[in-house]
Amino acid sequence: MTRISRHPVRRGLKHVVLIAAALVMLYPVIWMLVSSLRPDEAIFRGEFFSLSDLSFDNYRDGWNALRHPFGHYVINSVIITGGAIIGNLVSCSMVAYAFARLKFRGNKVFFAIMLMTIMLPVHVLLVPQYVLFSALDWINTPLPLIVPKLLATDAFFVFLMVQFIRGIPRELDEAATIDGAGPLRVFVKIILPLTVPALATTAIFTFIWTWNDFLGPLIFLTDSDAYTVQLALRSFIDASGGGGGSSWGSLFAMSTVSLLPIFLVFLVGQRYLVRGIATTGGR
Amino acid sequence: MGRRPTRDRRPLSARDKKEERAGFAFLSPWLVGLFVITIGPMAASLYLSFTDYSFLDSPEWIGLENYQRLFSDTRFHQAIGVTFRYVIVSVPLQLVVALLVAIVLDRGIRGLALYRSAFYLPSLIGGSVAIAILWRQIFGADGLVNWALALIGIEGRSWIANPDTALGTLIVLNVWTFGAPMIIFLAGLRQIPAMYYEAAGVDGAGVLRRFWNVTVPILTPIIFFNLILQLIGAFQAFTQAFIISGGSGAPSDSTLFYTLYLYMEGFGNFSMGYASAMAWVLVVIIGAFTLINFIASKYWVFYDD
Repeated sequence: MTRISRHPVRRGLKHVVLIAAALVMLYPVIWMLVSSLRPDEAIFRGEFFSLSDLSFDNYRDGWNALRHPFGHYVINSVIITGGAIIGNLVSCSMVAYAFARLKFRGNKVFFAIMLMTIMLPVHVLLVPQYVLFSALDWINTPLPLIVPKLLATDAFFVFLMVQFIRGIPRELDEAATIDGAGPLRVFVKIILPLTVPALATTAIFTFIWTWNDFLGPLIFLTDSDAYTVQLALRSFIDASGGGGGSSWGSLFAMSTVSLLPIFLVFLVGQRYLVRGIATTGGR
Repeated sequence: MGRRPTRDRRPLSARDKKEERAGFAFLSPWLVGLFVITIGPMAASLYLSFTDYSFLDSPEWIGLENYQRLFSDTRFHQAIGVTFRYVIVSVPLQLVVALLVAIVLDRGIRGLALYRSAFYLPSLIGGSVAIAILWRQIFGADGLVNWALALIGIEGRSWIANPDTALGTLIVLNVWTFGAPMIIFLAGLRQIPAMYYEAAGVDGAGVLRRFWNVTVPILTPIIFFNLILQLIGAFQAFTQAFIISGGSGAPSDSTLFYTLYLYMEGFGNFSMGYASAMAWVLVVIIGAFTLINFIASKYWVFYDD
């Protein structure tokens, strides 16, 4: 074969391999979505999928399987996730503006400390935080999971926004300053509007990480009234005796419910996810 | 601290003072958080690590006893062993897959956006309880894996319930989330000027030679970045082991991750002093690993400036 004729074949082969790899990777998730719509017997007889056994019974059963309807846990998760997003947007953008633009004593030292906290394992803080939040009577409220975000403890996002703000031409702030604008006005009128892409990336990652978070809620939310979606799913496994054969369908149904918001955000915000991750890393 | 990074050392002008006040005002949420949420608790947990503390009673100073106990606690040794095996196998494997896929996807392949999405999605959901539940099913006795093996005539057994393979399922799960480092590799690959490849092509270098002599050296800073990030993450892995083992590190402690044992001691047994000692050892381990990698990076990471 000559070089020229070999090329399209090789390119075709590449696509075949890639499509196969993507299917193998996503098959478990697709299989779960389909199984959540089928009766358990059909899932485990290994029968091939047929439209006739499609039903939402698993969703009805799963939704009502725990002490509260599943919507209760969804609302808890929404409150915590919403609070975390607002907290991160407000606090991280303020702090990033200070680091990127304002001159004050210790700027560089504080910045170095901030970077170091990104690497700090959260486990070293959990016991004292638990003691602190119990003393404040915050256990089983959303506060332990929201208030730290208002204090810019997600240093990763501060770093992301500092990088972004540094890319905004300084001439813009200087022009505004000459016109008599103070730091607050510069921040609100000039910096914030130009930082929207970084804010979007922050909002989306905060959403996904907070929605999926398990360790934080596990420690600070011990009463099932306060459970998030992730904790509810976990108690679902316990309730069904380790996910025994009889309840896989409804377990999958509620698992699907818990993943739906992530899928939606992924579809809508993919651009910001890819850009955010490509500029600074992250999970 | 205290030295201003400006060229002149004149006393602060009125405008500078105003800017300094504004600087601290904007910084204040982080400063409060640093002391109340981070440094304060760090100091407290360091103190608690030298005490016997059960949350209900007040802490009682016992010196180095908790740390001595770590030396003789065979379950703790098991947790360290499991965690190291997990980190050392899954992180390099994940990065190799991420790099290979990124290279295949590089340079204007048709449908790039679609492939990128497909490979990236798992890293967004891989940490959720739902996926851990799915993993329990997939690698269970009548799970998807055994169903696929049966098609080619192999009879599998539960991969989750077997101590020899349970950790392997968690490693597979971590490798499955290679999409995030892949995206970072893709961004790095795009920075490589096409003329490097053309020059290598003119010199008669084949695909493999070009990969080793052009792509890999240029990417080493990004490989290093990904390595540090994934190492730190993998040492702290928790949720998946918790769900798959039912919160116990089962079977036979084969999935007893460091953080899982820490949680069991601190919040299961309320041995909060002991858990604090464990947390500080984890800080030291992660710090040491990061430091070793930074030192080693001098020998294999190339910065072209």
